[in-house]
Amino acid sequence: MPGGKERELRRRINSIGSTKKITRAMELIAATRVVKAMQRANAARPYARLITGVIEDLAAGGAEVDHPLLRQRSQVRTVGFIVITGDRGLAGAYNSSVIRAAERQLMGHVSEGKGYSLCCVGRKSASYFRFRNYRIANAVDGFSDNPSYDDARHIAETVSEWFLSEAVDQVELIYTEFVSMGTQRVVVRRFLPLVDTEMMAKQGSGTDRSASFEFEPTPQAVLEALLPRYTEARLYGALLDAAASEHASRQRAMKAATDNAQELITKLSRAMNQARQDAITTEIMEIVGGAEALGGNSHSDAEPASATMLADAEAAPEQKHSLTAR
Amino acid sequence: MAVELDVEVVSPEEVSYSGTAEMVIVRTVESGDIAFQAGHVPFLGVLATWSVDVLRLGDERDSFAVHRGFVEVSHNKVTILSDVSEAASEIDVPRAEQARDRASDALKDDASDAEALAALERADLRLRVAALA
Repeated sequence: MPGGKERELRRRINSIGSTKKITRAMELIAATRVVKAMQRANAARPYARLITGVIEDLAAGGAEVDHPLLRQRSQVRTVGFIVITGDRGLAGAYNSSVIRAAERQLMGHVSEGKGYSLCCVGRKSASYFRFRNYRIANAVDGFSDNPSYDDARHIAETVSEWFLSEAVDQVELIYTEFVSMGTQRVVVRRFLPLVDTEMMAKQGSGTDRSASFEFEPTPQAVLEALLPRYTEARLYGALLDAAASEHASRQRAMKAATDNAQELITKLSRAMNQARQDAITTEIMEIVGGAEALGGNSHSDAEPASATMLADAEAAPEQKHSLTAR
Repeated sequence: MAVELDVEVVSPEEVSYSGTAEMVIVRTVESGDIAFQAGHVPFLGVLATWSVDVLRLGDERDSFAVHRGFVEVSHNKVTILSDVSEAASEIDVPRAEQARDRASDALKDDASDAEALAALERADLRLRVAALA
């Protein structure tokens, strides 16, 4: 029945309208959060830059750079993974692309006969890997949209502990790098051993820095205090990048959802109007048909009657429609 | 004209101080207080959980509470890196007092509680630095 179709459409339009309100609100929230997250990521950069500079100077200053965290293992038997995702969904492909990259890495190492050790950061990665019966060695969540330095420290300490106790021989960090508002990409970075440091030492000695640093207490002690801080700073940077990326992805996803909802509403409204028009036309046709049939009996009386009925139907289509809609 | 030092006090969360100074006083883990002035030899040290004092021309002083950090001096530039660096004016005194009381209570029960010892050290430092301001 045409009236039923129209009611159906109206209900769908209303429901899409409320969904649209929600997605719009989420878009706006994500938009303000992404700005804050970007500011925090930028605030963390000087520290990361300076601590790298200190290591460079330390290496260039003639100190012997040797530390368990720097040592490459001759044979890699077990690989650790730190997978950074968000705690919540509705952020487009954000979580799934990190998880996909992580799983590909993991399968690659497993097919070479290596063991793995998973550290899931964020609820989404933990639930994905748990559901697929991967062994999760460590899972932390609850701070993906606003990570603190303490969170980074806990994770870095746990994972460094794995490495130092030789439970793993190498650690990969998988997260989403925040390039700009429009671009975020999933990256896989070597977390441990610190390969960068050798390169940094070379770069450091290349520049003409003074080679005669005084160390307090000793170069080795400084290095031992410095390297854990350096791993923490790197992880903190990754967490902040991931948080900014998550908000940016969510903003984009919710903008797309809002636009789609608007498009659907337009389409359905058109269909609904057409359905209503159809219903009115059908009714008029029925009335006219009825009048015609009556007109066959007594021609002189029926003619004005059918004319007034037609006039009524034309004058109050809105009212008629509302009756059928109920 | 006296040559000044460029000073930066940086933690992962923020840059707490960036500017020039006449002298910077820090405390390193083993050998105690050390002061830097312009022209100091390059220096790299591990800091104790203690205050960092930045003295500017005209007897102005800024104090920071620094937990777990490093100091690097080279080319008249002093960089102080730490997990937490709080300016004296930013310290929440009532909160630090509460933390101190909590930590000393915990130490009464167990005198070897490393976490409480560290918390007590941090709270004492905060209160000391806040008192300087």
